[in-house]
Order: sequence, then C-alpha cells, then structure tokens
Amino acid sequence: MLRRPFFWIIAVTIALFAAAPHGSDVELRESLILAAVYITLASNLNLMLGYAGYVNFGSIVFFGLGGYFCVYFMGSLGWGLASSLVVSGVAVSAAALVFGLGILRLRGVHFALATIGVNEAVMAFVTNFEPWGGSTGIYLSPELFQPLGGPASALWVIYYLLVAIMGASLYLSYFIKRSKFGLGLLSIGQNEDAAAVLGVPAPRYKALAYSASALLPAVAGGLYFFKGAFVQPADAFDLTLSTEAIVITMLGGQGTIVGPALGAYLYEELRGWLLTSETFANFQLVVAGVLLLLIVQFAPEGLMGFLYRRFPRLRRILE
Amino acid sequence: MLGILASLLDGLLVGAVYGLAAMGITFIWGVMDVVNLTHGAMIVAGMFGVYLLVSAMGIPAYAALLPVLLAGFFAGVALYWIAIHRMIGRPPLMSLLATFAVNLVLIGLGTATWGTVLFNVSVSLPGFSLGRYTFPGTHIMAAVLTAVIAGVLYLFLYRTRAGKAVRAVAANREAAELVGIPTTRILALSCGLGVALAGVSGALISTLFPFTVLSGDAYQLKSFVVTVLGGMGNPTGALVAGIALGLFEGLATPFMPVSWTLVIEFVLFVLVLIAFPGGLISIGRRRPAVR
Repeated sequence: MLRRPFFWIIAVTIALFAAAPHGSDVELRESLILAAVYITLASNLNLMLGYAGYVNFGSIVFFGLGGYFCVYFMGSLGWGLASSLVVSGVAVSAAALVFGLGILRLRGVHFALATIGVNEAVMAFVTNFEPWGGSTGIYLSPELFQPLGGPASALWVIYYLLVAIMGASLYLSYFIKRSKFGLGLLSIGQNEDAAAVLGVPAPRYKALAYSASALLPAVAGGLYFFKGAFVQPADAFDLTLSTEAIVITMLGGQGTIVGPALGAYLYEELRGWLLTSETFANFQLVVAGVLLLLIVQFAPEGLMGFLYRRFPRLRRILE
Repeated sequence: MLGILASLLDGLLVGAVYGLAAMGITFIWGVMDVVNLTHGAMIVAGMFGVYLLVSAMGIPAYAALLPVLLAGFFAGVALYWIAIHRMIGRPPLMSLLATFAVNLVLIGLGTATWGTVLFNVSVSLPGFSLGRYTFPGTHIMAAVLTAVIAGVLYLFLYRTRAGKAVRAVAANREAAELVGIPTTRILALSCGLGVALAGVSGALISTLFPFTVLSGDAYQLKSFVVTVLGGMGNPTGALVAGIALGLFEGLATPFMPVSWTLVIEFVLFVLVLIAFPGGLISIGRRRPAVR
C-alpha cells in the first residue's frame, strides 16, 4: 500500500490543506473548512453511490445526528471534545448499521426510497424531542472553548481536526476500494444478482457500507456544530448539503476517490462565483440541479471518466 | 365514540386525496419503471397553480382544476423528454438522479420566487353536520372529485385504445413494440398522466390545508407510503391504501400531536417495505389496472 503513488498523493493533499492557511488568514481557513466538509460528505457518500451503486438521498442525517450527539454530550453531560466526537461517530455509525440491517432485504429503488424518508423522519423526531431542545435546538456555552485555549485557537484546532477527518475519509475510500469488501461492493454496483450468485453477501455488505459511510460524516458534523456552538433541526438536517454532496460526487466522478475531492473543489469555486453574482445568488439549487441533470444525461462518469478516456494512463496513478 | 367516528370519516375523505396523489407516482412507476422524484414538486406546482389562478383571475378554486390538470399533463410530457427519455433501460440509479435533479430545479425556482411562507386558497363550501361534528365541505368535495378522476382514469385505461396501449407497455414493453405500439409516445403519455395526477391532487390539497413551496416533501413521502402499501404500479391499490392512510391519520390525531405522524408514517413505510415487498393490498392483483 505504501509503495503505491496514490497513497502519497492523498498524504500531500492533506498536508497542503493543513499548511495553506496561516495565523491570520481566517477567510481562507473558513473556505477550506467548507471544502473539507464537502470532501468528507462526498467521499463517504461515494461508498454507497459510486461503489455499491445505491444513492443515499439522506446522507446529511449522519452529519446532523453527529452534530446533535456531540453538542448534547458536551453541553448537557459535560464530556470533553475528544470523547464526545468519538462516541457520536460510533453511535451514529451503529445506528446506521442497525437501520441498514433492518432494510437489508430491500433492493434497488426501494433501498434508495427508504433513505429519502430517513431524513424527514429523523428531523421530525428531533424537532419533537424535548431533551434536545425541540425545534429551538441546543446552545453551547462559550466557556466550552476554554480547554482548547479560547475561541480563537479553538477554531484552529477544529480546522486541523476537520482536515484530519477529510484525510481519513479519503484513506477510508482508498482502503475499501483495495479490499475484498470493496470488490464486493463494486460488483454489487455492476450487477447485484450476479454478485450474489458468486457469493457476495450483498445485504450485509450494503448495510456495512451504509454504516461505514456514516462514521466520519458524523464526526465532521460534531466538529461543525461545536464550531458554531449551536445546533437546531433546520440546520442539522438541511437537505441542501446532502444534495450538494450528490452533485459533487457525480461531477467529479462516482466510484473514484479523486472524483469527490475534485468535484468538491470545482463546486466550491462555482458556488463562490454564484454567491457573488447578483443574478444567481438565489438560484444556487437551480444551478446545482441543472448541473446534475446535464451530468446524468450526458456524462454519467463525471470528470474523472472524461480524464480517464483522454489519458488512459491516469487510471494507474489516480484511483 | 362519536368523536372518533367523525375523525375517521374525515380521515377517509382526506385519505382519498392522498390516494390520488399516490396514483400519480405509482402510475409512472408501473408503466415505465421509473420513480418520479419530481412528484412532490409537481404536487406543489398544482397547489400554486390553483393559488395563482384564483388570486389573479378570481375564478373559483374548482374551476382551476382543469387548467392545472392540462398544464400538469404537458409538464409531464416535457419531463419525459428532458429527463427520463435517455434513462429508459439504464440502471435505476440514473433515472432517480435525473428526476431528483429536475426536482432541485423546480424547488429552487419555487423558493426563489415565493420563499417559504405559508399560502392558502380560501374556499367557502357549506359543511355537513353530524350531531356536534361538522365535516368541512372542501373535504367532501375533494373526495368526490377524487372519485370522479379515478373513474375517468379507469375508463381511459380500459375503454380506450390509448389506455390499452398503456397497459400493454406496462406489461411488456418489447412485446408492445413488436405489435406496433409506439412505445416511446406511450411512455411520454404515461409520464404526462402521472404528473397530471400529481398536479391535480396538489390542487385539491390546496383547498384543504395551507401550504409552502416545501410542502411537497411531506406529500411525496405520504405517496411513497401509500404506494408501498398498495403495491407498486397498482392505481386501485393506491386509492385503497390512501384511504387507509387517511383513516390511520384520522384515528391517530386525537391521541398524538400532528408533528409525530410523519415519524410514524415513515416507520410504517419501512416496516411495510420489509414485510411486504410486493405491497400489502392485493385487491386488483387479479385484475391489476396497470400491470
């Protein structure tokens, strides 16, 4: 694994993220935080969408639940940041596994439909769940930033942690793709019946992939909402973000590891341009929708598919 | 006791409209094997169609149904050519993403135009009183119109040439092509019909409850619940299951806050999917309307 160039390409990407913003460059840091969140969400979504060929429309639910768990542990139970993050990640991932095992008999469109409802149902549940503040959400006291050296340095700690989560997501995608488990998922994506006949335990693999794709987004959500010191249902389960993750994954190239990262970069550039342009500021979703429609209709392989066709040798270096 | 009976009856009336909405999604699913994720947006488009026609031209809400139905049909045909045509025969993932993308565009345009504030269409119809309870006239009217539309759809599918062609395409697309049915045109027609049903059900719902641009998600989820209850691609089952869902909501309302019903409906959705992948209701299985 260490001898493959791609392993080091990921390492260099992480190092660039960590080194890019300096002490006072808050603006760059904020945009890189968003990029890291996008890459984390998109590469984990890719485990389902790109590898197993199953679209998860509600992937944001992991992010939001992770945020809720983490904020609740820190604010109400008085836990530290590290233990809150780990426990929220594991809890959300375990919940996803239970849910995934529950719906493991579902195939194709039905599995995808079940994921649409998850977000609605969890959001409705959290909105009614009083211990988590119902529809008003939970606020964190600013004192919680003290153990990290005050708000200013806490933001840097959060940034480095988010970059680490992003890196972990890329490595997770890479290791899974190179493993027997990943091979099973890819064969499910190509033909589930054939894969099952050849002995791939498709239901279990789908549930595991669903659960694996929940872990790191949950931790990222914990960090993201700890950063804002506030979490409420409308922000935590905002479908815009999971929609963007789908667009990013398809734009970059589903099933590849570089794809989601490349897509996240391009999408963020596009978004920045749209936000500053007067005509399009309100039409972000529309632009994302048109983009997705064009990709699905005319270039389902995304940018990486295009690059692979132009430069076949790239296949050996960029996964 | 009478209270529960009254809320059950009211649930039956509203449930018929849910059934109509679900018929739109199940029709497209049954004929073309495509899950139409623009369903929620099309329901909302129907709501706003009525709202605009009523507020701009001052016509009664029920007179707006026909224009909404026609506009829905053309929107559906356009949807077919824009998003679905190239997806026929490709993996289901692709048609899901394509209709999802169109949904994004519609919802994005809607929120940019109207924001997310509540709208309502006021209709005054005399209610029907039963002891201390009054059933709103709009609920009764919506259920009656649903029955009429479902009846017309039935006549279309079983008594007209085009309807028979739709059923043939649903049963076996290649065989239909072989006997000379223009399958592509039939698919576009079916997509138009499915979206028209979504639009007109949205139009009816707008006379019952206030709505926002984002209301479509909840009704889309209800339609999925109804569709899996009634069996995919089975319009009769959808109508029966819609009424069942309405009855359930009517029964649940006195006992729990309305905001919980969505959670329960979703749980129901997953449970039914797991336990009865072929649908719960087998009426019409012997003589399925579409499949």
